[in-house]
Amino acid sequence: MNNDGRPDPDALLEKVQRDEAQATRGKLKVFFGACPGVGKTYAMLNAARILRNQGVDVVVGIVETHGRSETAHLLEGLEYLPPKMVNYQGRELREFDLDAALARRPALMLVDELAHSNLAGSRHPKRWQDVEELLAAGIDVYTTVNVQHLESLNDIVGGITGIIVRETLPDRIFEQADDVTLVDLPADELLQRMKEGKVYLPQQAESAIRNFFRKGNLIALRELALRRTADRVDAQMREYRADQSISQVWQAKERLMVCVGPGEDSSRLVRSAARLAASLHADWLAVYVETPKLLRLSEARRDRVFKTLRLAQELGAETTSLSGAELAPTLLGYAQERNVSKLVIGKSSRSMLARLLRPSPADQLASQIDMDVYIVGHDPEQSAHEPAFPTLGLGSAAPTREKQAGYAWAVVACAVTTLATAGLVNVFDLANVIMLYLLVVVLISIRFGRGPGIFASLLSVGAFDFFFVDPRLSFTVADTQYLFTFALMLVVTLVISNLTASLHYQARVARYRERRAEALFEAGKVLSSALTAGQIIREGSSRLAGIFQSQVAILLPDSHDELLHLFESDHGSSFLAELDLGVAQWAYDHQEPAGLGTHTLPANRVLYQPLRAPMRVRGVLAIRPSDPHLIFQPEQQRLLETFASQIALALERVHYVEVAQDALVNMEAERLRNSLLSAISHDLRTPLTGLLGLSAALAARPQDSVGTELVHAIHDQALRINALVINLLDMARLQAGGVTLNKHWQPIEEVIGSALRACSELLVTHQVETHLPRDLPLVAFDAMMIERVLCNLLDNAAKYTPVGTPIVVSAALRGEALKVSVADEGPGLPEGMEERIFDKFTRGERESSRPGVGLGLAICRAIVQAHGGRIRAENRAEGGAIFSFTLPLGTPPEVSAADAETEEI
Amino acid sequence: MPVSPAITIVVIEDDKQIQRFLRTALEAEGMSVFEAATGRQGLTEAGTRKPDLLIVDLGLPDMDGSEVIRSVRGWSSLPIIVLSARVQENDKVLALDAGADDYLTKPFGVAELMARIRAHLRRRDQMQGSTEQSFRLGDTLIDFTTRVVTRRGVPVHLTPTEYRLLTVLARNTGKVMTHRHLLREVWGPSHAESSHYLRIYMGHLRQKLEDDPAQPRHLITETGIGYRLVALD
Repeated sequence: MNNDGRPDPDALLEKVQRDEAQATRGKLKVFFGACPGVGKTYAMLNAARILRNQGVDVVVGIVETHGRSETAHLLEGLEYLPPKMVNYQGRELREFDLDAALARRPALMLVDELAHSNLAGSRHPKRWQDVEELLAAGIDVYTTVNVQHLESLNDIVGGITGIIVRETLPDRIFEQADDVTLVDLPADELLQRMKEGKVYLPQQAESAIRNFFRKGNLIALRELALRRTADRVDAQMREYRADQSISQVWQAKERLMVCVGPGEDSSRLVRSAARLAASLHADWLAVYVETPKLLRLSEARRDRVFKTLRLAQELGAETTSLSGAELAPTLLGYAQERNVSKLVIGKSSRSMLARLLRPSPADQLASQIDMDVYIVGHDPEQSAHEPAFPTLGLGSAAPTREKQAGYAWAVVACAVTTLATAGLVNVFDLANVIMLYLLVVVLISIRFGRGPGIFASLLSVGAFDFFFVDPRLSFTVADTQYLFTFALMLVVTLVISNLTASLHYQARVARYRERRAEALFEAGKVLSSALTAGQIIREGSSRLAGIFQSQVAILLPDSHDELLHLFESDHGSSFLAELDLGVAQWAYDHQEPAGLGTHTLPANRVLYQPLRAPMRVRGVLAIRPSDPHLIFQPEQQRLLETFASQIALALERVHYVEVAQDALVNMEAERLRNSLLSAISHDLRTPLTGLLGLSAALAARPQDSVGTELVHAIHDQALRINALVINLLDMARLQAGGVTLNKHWQPIEEVIGSALRACSELLVTHQVETHLPRDLPLVAFDAMMIERVLCNLLDNAAKYTPVGTPIVVSAALRGEALKVSVADEGPGLPEGMEERIFDKFTRGERESSRPGVGLGLAICRAIVQAHGGRIRAENRAEGGAIFSFTLPLGTPPEVSAADAETEEI
Repeated sequence: MPVSPAITIVVIEDDKQIQRFLRTALEAEGMSVFEAATGRQGLTEAGTRKPDLLIVDLGLPDMDGSEVIRSVRGWSSLPIIVLSARVQENDKVLALDAGADDYLTKPFGVAELMARIRAHLRRRDQMQGSTEQSFRLGDTLIDFTTRVVTRRGVPVHLTPTEYRLLTVLARNTGKVMTHRHLLREVWGPSHAESSHYLRIYMGHLRQKLEDDPAQPRHLITETGIGYRLVALD
């Protein structure tokens, strides 16, 4: 833990990410009230109208007026999103239309009743999930919430009012709201409003609701709402302070851990922990430890554990299920690993005697650790009919058929033993006979488990009593000492059979674990040696299909992040047809599972699990189990997640291998290019200089006309080679990305002047005009490079236009850029070449006698793009072509006041 | 233009072919040429031959061209022209800052070379012993004593900085002046990096003294390096 007051980098990063996320996310404002009828919707509509009048784009997503005329009146004049009509049990019901809302994209949307449950068949089961999507899309949302809908207060409100509210809202949604406005009305006024008929009550449930609106209830609810709002304000205040002086924020944070068991009131435990964590402003974890004993629980009770964990997750906890042989050490180890400072456990409901014989986990924990332990009392009503800790239910493990066989075997074994010993009773002592029976009992319980074991021991006692104890052939016992023998025999059998049974279980668990580990190991081995994505997907999905007895497909994204490629496990083309790519895409985009058993479209028969890898999501795993239970047991779920992340990792690895290979090839090409470049620049240029100079020197000597002509031709050819070499070198340098621009703030006029001067020899055959406004700002560019661009454009203009035609160079401001153009009055560009002409080795005319290989314009484009500008070519309406490029403007450095004296007056 | 036979030029260049054509071209103009293939050898030649002009290649095998120039500048102000490849912009600037007067980029033509040589020899002759009262630049006249600039007889208003810039360029006619050099001369050492000042004032001078500021005939830009004032066409 971080006690030294230094900012924790992770925490800082988290804050930055939080701020960033908030910047793009829409804002959520909650109108919060104690109970229906206090005027939340009214207040929300009023606020929205004010914003609408200020010109904000406000749309009503869905609002329930409950027939209140005041409220309905406020709706007038506001844009209303048409509700989606959903057929539910023969009735047409209005429902919020999420897709239409996302398509409309207003600045602010009003969505009443945040805790509302959507009708089956909607995208999300809950309306707050719809709102989450609106916020993620950057739409601000106004909504309303009643205090009894808050998940963590649900049981308290239930306790006060006697009505359990089914529609609940996870507290984190409320906590994360950007703004909460309390709409408050004293209880008396509310009751008065009800009397006046201003609060709508449905006819059918009137009595129940009248009960709800008792004055005592209203006062209690109001107190809850006020307190909750005060907590929030307090938290905000603290956060504000923390933001102002960051050093105080990163103090050691409390972390709370709650242990979830299979008991009925574990959800109560979780809610208490949530409240405690909220009041301590602590992170909290909910942990379920799966001991071999707990693996034996019935399906229903394990489901309950799973549900409790879900609830904890909803309430903001991080949930984990651990496995270990013993509860206490596993929990403690994990607690220490995670720096847990407070532990919350449920109170044991067992009797004093039972606790003396074997301490409950709570007692064990409390005695072993040095952290604060909170023990939450249980609800006597609920735990009365169900013990908080599992009892050893009689053999739920072995299949019935084997068990029947076990009983039969017990009978046979006892009969055989009796027959065998009957003949030997004269030789053997009775004590040895007992031993023989005991042996049979032990064998039976080892082989067939507890039930048959006990049965065998009862049979043995009976047979022993009947056949061997005096008086023989009667159940009467003469010697009372034998009663003790019977009792002992029974106890021994029970102990042994229990022992063997639990050995069986543990062996089963171990086998199961081993299988799991082996499957993972095998998959890991195969996946890590796979060389292509196809191989990974084939192997991964076939293994998954086997382990989960499911149909599996893996969907990979294309380069536009759309899921496309499909790989299936077994010729299941029908399965592929059944996949809902929309849901898969949702899971991919939101990086969350969707479909079967999740929050998003749970009615779907296929589970879409995103393949999350460290860098990004690599695809989506679609899995349709033949039996949903196979997937939703916690350990299976974990196994599935492990598999998914293994596949994702393998995909990522393959991806990076490909990237690395590309990089290697590129590097090799780069090395080749560089050596070629240096060869050209040095080894070619020096002889060229010699060639040019020597031919010039030769031309200066007196000789006949043919000789002069030849020498001039040599000189011209050498010049052409030189131009070519320059272009090739420039292109190679630009392409290699090895060009660093030497940018300076300078007037464009200067570089136009130097370019015209550099090209003056070429341009003698044309009239050159310049059109430059006098007040052009300074622009930052690399003068050498831009001169090169201009020279190439001028060179082209001179080369491709008739002698004597004008060439106009001009510059002008165009928005945020300076536009420089070179216009000619030549034949113009061939149709359709306007863009392609900038490609390498492309020329306006295919077979031309004019020199050049078509690199000039490609170089121009590369240079202009390196400056952040654009270059384009067009034909002018009045004939001829115009080439223009832009250079982005910036803020030129200021010329300091000290030089004011140099300014012209 | 006839050149007196006394003109001596030392060429420090390691490439045989370039050496040969330089010799051919220069001797055709009646100059005597002494060659050196290394920097050290070149310094000896320059010291013993007392040449009128020095041509130095920047890519010498034994030492940096700028170093050669710096040590020559230690005892002589003779004109120095450097030869360089195209991509060596920085080397050019270093050589010019070290004291070279001009540069030529390979490959260059004989005509261009001869024009530069003549210009520098003429400038040397004019500088010798003369402290001129005035300077003529096309149709512009600078009177150093009255500090008045007239164009076609009409006074041109120049700010003090513009005037300073113009006189520095005029005193170094034909010579390539690097940005850094001009900034230091006109604005002082503290402004050595604010090259946009220089560019702005150069623009002002062109507006006032050139017929077409976009196609200047006297105040020439040496792209990426600096400026040069050309008095004659």
